[in-house]
Amino acid sequence: MKVLLIGSGPILIGQAAEFDYAGTQACRALREEGITTVLVNSNPATIMTDPGVADVTYIEPLTVEVLTRVIERERPDGLLATLGGQTGLNLAVQLADAGVLERYGVRLLGTPLDAIRKAEDREAFKRLLIEIGEPVPESTTAHTVDEALAFADTIGFPLVVRPAYTLGGTGGGFAYDREQLATVAGRGIAASPIGQVLVERSLVGWKELEYEVMRDGAGTCITICNMENIDPMGVHTGDSIVVAPSQTLSDKEYQQLRTAALKIIRALGIEGGCNVQFAMHPEHAPGDGPTPYYVIEVNPRVSRSSALASKATGYPIARVAAKIAIGKRLADIPNAVTKRTTAAFEPTLDYVVVKIPRWPFDKFRTADRRLGTQMKATGEVMAIDRTFEAALQKALRSLEIKGQGLLWESPAWTGEQDGAAFAERWLSTTATDDRLWRILAALRRGASVDLVHERTGIDRWFLRRMSRIVRFAEDELQGRTPTPALLRRAKRLGFSDADIAVLTGILPTDVRGLRTQWGIVPVYKMVDTCAAEFEAVTPYFYSTYEQENEAEPLPKPRAIVLGSGPIRIGQGIEFDCCCVQASASLAERGVAAIMVNSNPETVSTDFDASARLYFEPLDEESIASVIANEGGNVDVLAQFGGQTALNLADRIDAIGGRVQGTTPDAIGLAEDRRRFHEFADALGIPQPPGGTADSLAEASRIASGIGYPVLVRPSYVLGGRGMEIAYGPDDLERYFGHALEAGTGRVLVDKYLRGREVEVDAVSDGERTLVAGIMEHIERAGVHSGDSFAAYPAPNVLPAERDEIVRLTETIARSLPVKGLLNIQFIVEGGRVWVLEVNPRASRTVPFLTKVTGVPLVRLAVAIAGGSTLEREGYPSGLWPSGDLVALKAPVFSMAKLLDVDTYLGPEMKSTGEVMGVDRTFPPALWKSLVAAGLAPAPSGKVLVTVADKDKAEAEQIVEGFHWLGYEIVATSGTAALCRRLGVPVSEIAKLSEGSDAILRLVRSGQCAAVVNTPTFGKDIDRDGFLIRRAAVEARVPCLTSLDTALAVVQALRASAVSYAVAPLSEYRQPEAVAAAG
Amino acid sequence: MLGLEDGSTWWGEAFGDATNASGEVVFNTAMTGYQEVASDASYNGQIVVMTYPLIGSYGVFARAAESRIPWVEALVVRELEATCREGTTELDAYLRAHGVPGLAGIDTRALVRRLRAQGTVRGAILQVPPHLAGDAEVANEAVAKARATAALAQRPLVVESTASSRQVGAGPKVALLDTGVKENQIRCLVDRGATVRTFPATATARDVLQWAPDGIVISNGPGDPAAIPQVSQNVKILLDAAVQRGPARPLPILGICLGHQLVGRAIGATTSRLPFGHHGSNHPVRDEATGAVVITSQNHEFQVDEASIPSTSGFVVSSRNLNDGSVEGLRHRTLPIRTYQYHPEGAPGPRDNEPAFDLFLADVRAAVARK
Ligand SMILES: Nc1ncnc2c1ncn2[C@@H]1O[C@H](COP(=O)(O)OP(=O)(O)O)[C@@H](O)[C@H]1O
Ligand SMILES: Nc1ncnc2c1ncn2[C@@H]1O[C@H](COP(=O)(O)OP(=O)(O)O)[C@@H](O)[C@H]1O
Ligand SMILES: [Mg+2]
Ligand SMILES: [Mg+2]
Repeated sequence: MKVLLIGSGPILIGQAAEFDYAGTQACRALREEGITTVLVNSNPATIMTDPGVADVTYIEPLTVEVLTRVIERERPDGLLATLGGQTGLNLAVQLADAGVLERYGVRLLGTPLDAIRKAEDREAFKRLLIEIGEPVPESTTAHTVDEALAFADTIGFPLVVRPAYTLGGTGGGFAYDREQLATVAGRGIAASPIGQVLVERSLVGWKELEYEVMRDGAGTCITICNMENIDPMGVHTGDSIVVAPSQTLSDKEYQQLRTAALKIIRALGIEGGCNVQFAMHPEHAPGDGPTPYYVIEVNPRVSRSSALASKATGYPIARVAAKIAIGKRLADIPNAVTKRTTAAFEPTLDYVVVKIPRWPFDKFRTADRRLGTQMKATGEVMAIDRTFEAALQKALRSLEIKGQGLLWESPAWTGEQDGAAFAERWLSTTATDDRLWRILAALRRGASVDLVHERTGIDRWFLRRMSRIVRFAEDELQGRTPTPALLRRAKRLGFSDADIAVLTGILPTDVRGLRTQWGIVPVYKMVDTCAAEFEAVTPYFYSTYEQENEAEPLPKPRAIVLGSGPIRIGQGIEFDCCCVQASASLAERGVAAIMVNSNPETVSTDFDASARLYFEPLDEESIASVIANEGGNVDVLAQFGGQTALNLADRIDAIGGRVQGTTPDAIGLAEDRRRFHEFADALGIPQPPGGTADSLAEASRIASGIGYPVLVRPSYVLGGRGMEIAYGPDDLERYFGHALEAGTGRVLVDKYLRGREVEVDAVSDGERTLVAGIMEHIERAGVHSGDSFAAYPAPNVLPAERDEIVRLTETIARSLPVKGLLNIQFIVEGGRVWVLEVNPRASRTVPFLTKVTGVPLVRLAVAIAGGSTLEREGYPSGLWPSGDLVALKAPVFSMAKLLDVDTYLGPEMKSTGEVMGVDRTFPPALWKSLVAAGLAPAPSGKVLVTVADKDKAEAEQIVEGFHWLGYEIVATSGTAALCRRLGVPVSEIAKLSEGSDAILRLVRSGQCAAVVNTPTFGKDIDRDGFLIRRAAVEARVPCLTSLDTALAVVQALRASAVSYAVAPLSEYRQPEAVAAAG
Repeated sequence: MLGLEDGSTWWGEAFGDATNASGEVVFNTAMTGYQEVASDASYNGQIVVMTYPLIGSYGVFARAAESRIPWVEALVVRELEATCREGTTELDAYLRAHGVPGLAGIDTRALVRRLRAQGTVRGAILQVPPHLAGDAEVANEAVAKARATAALAQRPLVVESTASSRQVGAGPKVALLDTGVKENQIRCLVDRGATVRTFPATATARDVLQWAPDGIVISNGPGDPAAIPQVSQNVKILLDAAVQRGPARPLPILGICLGHQLVGRAIGATTSRLPFGHHGSNHPVRDEATGAVVITSQNHEFQVDEASIPSTSGFVVSSRNLNDGSVEGLRHRTLPIRTYQYHPEGAPGPRDNEPAFDLFLADVRAAVARK
């Protein structure tokens, strides 16, 4: 039997690494059953697309056309679509609708199409629920204010108004009386492009609960886990702090919802996993009979919540769902955790799990930080402990927001020291990403639990526990001298050594010292799905301050792989991929891999990805404890978990571990830009001229020395954070204000070079270096490497430049020295090569390059870290030959979810994910990457061009290009003049600043195929441009803010008429096969 | 503190009533429903360790009581929580009011792992003043007390648990032999339109039959079924009555938990102890007729031994536990007599198995129709 699996594509807000986890588990589960698996995904930075996971792997755009061709070629018997997120599910429905499944006799496995449709179509779902007697919030669609008011007369208030087809519910809102409803509905109807709003009973403030349930083909139904959102209804579950299991429900209520969930999946006929969301009355006295509740929605597939539920319980939901899809019964599937029981049981927890979302607002200062019904978080952390207090504190530590621990307060709050007044001013039912800290601050100032409850709607149970933490900090720890009893109580409540240190006024290392001396060390308990009822074999552990330790040190050889923590912009799933590969490589070498990570979404925290998993924060304290628990003297691999892991490297020695591979000293040398500058100068390695400044005056002096424009940024950060191009002294002055806020006061000032940006990933044993490949960015330097299109092999790099790049890489690797992975970014300008930055670790592009070249970078790095050499591993040095394929990596953005964020590309990274387009030649590869990234313009229509004056000259070929492709050019006055000069017909459109919104209407009209808009840099990013770019994002019109990308799009469009190949990745790497397949 | 007969001692903070207690130490894996567990008479004679660490969060309230008082000898938890719900009472106060002690702050997972490894263990809870915490003499005393604790079979647990007769509901007449019944069984029957009259465990089969019931329920209850031969004898008489009446004038019988074991013994099967019992809301049971698997709520120490069921008894094993294969239900081949080792009434635990009551009442109604 052959089964086709559809992946979920690039990482986007709301659809992230959890689907790599699900897909990987599914592939393995099916292969175990002897099924041939065919996988299609556009995202190369996934474990599921690694060789050996599926039998045949296609890295191609996820479109109906591509999938049809895959089906045509592979002739699978079945299609498994419920593990690839909403993308996979939608494609399955489209394939069915297009008759493709029928034509090729492909059976949809798992949940039947009919059930999918019933669950996905909100109207049909509502009808079904009413039929089976489950309560749904009353709602109606209204086209006039009167219709809305009439509905209010029948069901009363409060109501929520949601305009149809506006992004993130823009223009909607809550109404508590007729007058408000008239205003909100009127506004909503105006905001909706079809003049329609949904008016629904508002359940804001109700408890929000999720049930992860499963059903097999024989009708056996089980609940894997229930979860309670600490943030009540009104905040998306993905943006809520969540606990598992529920804490405030009685058994009666728990069973009430459980029964409803199972009834619903039975009625739908789900075969596999399903997520059901409920709202439950928050103030109902449980003694007074059943508690009122409503069903909010179901997701008839494996979801983000199921990944969380899997990690929270240890129950492998995706694996079991895949087996159900091929017809297995729950009772026939062995329980992989206990190895003795079966999958037909309900996990029971003997601990508390807390999940906290990770939002990108540290990167997007201007974004709207209010949380609502649209998800905004890019990632999440999870923590496990035996009490809520300890789990919450551990989750806070896991967030890795620098300086933002338990005790953090915004400078803006210091003015208000009265608890009640603080709560009035800073707390409301509208949540923000920092609400948890606001609550802590309110409690710290003496606000009562009742008041905070009243302001936020958060259940008193949670607030009491937060209050307990705050009171302990203020009343017991603050200013006290630690005693064994006090320390023990503090650790049992989850206080970190760092916070204890701050509160008691000693050093964190002294806290650890005292603890060790007094024997106050964590024990590790197993996540075994059954609360210790049965003996289990799973190697999945969490720390807690209790009596019995269940994790005996693993026998040698073993090594710790430091994970990469929550997914955030700049540190995405790529690093998790590398960690998982590192684990596997260690296993191949007979070394037991010990994974430490805090991210519940990813493959690395799957209990069978490593020999042992510690689900722990990635901070010094927890790594020290893990090392101690393993008996000390443990090898540590810090090069795979991104900056998170790398930042820990120089502490490993002090806490009893040994960093394998590149030494902490060499890492420090590469990471500290000032030290690296000196090092590079000594070696004669060219770098953009510049210097380090501690003050504005110093910066100005450097800038005028090297000449504007200059690039300014803080030292030691990831993802180009806080980085800007300063075109003159004004910019520099403005920048310095922000930089001081962003953390380090030290600022680097470099000459801004407008050359081509090139990047390499290499692996070195300290003597010899293998450069896996050179990637050239489509966008010139100045656009962050993570946001650039990257082409492999580099199309425009001359042989001499190429040799120089390789030589510089080898020199740097040898001189640092590097033992393991190395990523270098260069600027090539006029035959000269400058080194921009050296990262002595796995980079974002390692999975991409590994896939296109076949060079197992991580495996080699692990071997070298373990003492081997390139030669011994059978690999040459120098540049790896590039073969016949061309591959493009394209960035993918989640801007649609983040209102108020400007989308223009710059040196600060903004993308959340990536896709790959691969083919025989450049144009189809580029075209595929555009399609996969959702940046391909419609085949015909209007193209709006409005570019800054400095870019006009360069825009010429783009305008001409679009014109020759048959698009109608629409431009604002300056750009229109340019078109006329070129003899290109153009319709001129008024600028916003000329008092007309025609331009926005054009973008939203549905006739606009693309927008080319470059920002006018200078004092402030232009308001007009911002509105146009946002309008484009919201109307899902490709918006090109870099002329380089725009030109590439023109090129690709020219080639799009030409056919493109659809082939397994392995085939592209072999010249003949594809040619034969045509 | 808690001392076990294996010599281990567990020190924590006392809550509930400040008395000493002793009994068999068992654990329950349900994440919700501590009140239902505490007030389940089947736990009479047992100290219950809750595996879920946070207990007490939503208080206690009348609707969740499974009988008039909490029956557990003591409750052992990782952390006692104060209630967060309006209109509920603190678990602490509830236990105190009924003279039940509690112990908090225990590494309950370590304790459960020990219980799992050792099988059923006797234990004793001692109230210790703070200055004697960790005291070796106290520890020895507790262990000695644990070892001196009477085995379940030596206590009249069922007689202690049973209540005086009462009658509720309207509809066909269901006689319920109360060997420590959980209130939800009565609710499930009454909600389905039955008149339920309970008979104390001390009542005779004649008492029951004289009321001319349309159906009979033999409830759950505490302890070892082998220790109450008079009750098994009564059950045997009731079964004989049903067999005698045959399919023509059926007398439907439903046995739950202890009731199931009593039916087992009445038909000549033996019962024995499970290694560490089944206590939780997540036990999978396979229906042998359909292959369907259901998740059940369980609370029992003893089982009906499958091999000992006489082939002439007319009974077959209708369901088995998916984890250990133990007998989960019996069914008469021709008569409407069904027994369940698990708790179809849930409380705590899933409501998925309430159809057992539908089935029983359908049988009862059919029997009434044939009259
Ligand atoms: N009637 C309502 N009143 C208040 N909040 C609501 C209502 N319906 C949904 N929400 C909130 O909106 C969020 C998202 O809605 P949902 O229907 O689950 O959409 P999605 O498919 O994005 O998950 C929910 O998690 C909930 O917090
Ligand atoms: N001197 C420079 N001239 C032009 N562009 C630069 C220069 N330095 C950095 N950049 C741009 O800024 C981006 C981010 O800088 P980089 O040093 O790689 O920081 P990060 O640590 O965020 O990767 C680069 O990808 C490049 O496009
Ligand atoms: Mg939802
Ligand atoms: Mg970079």
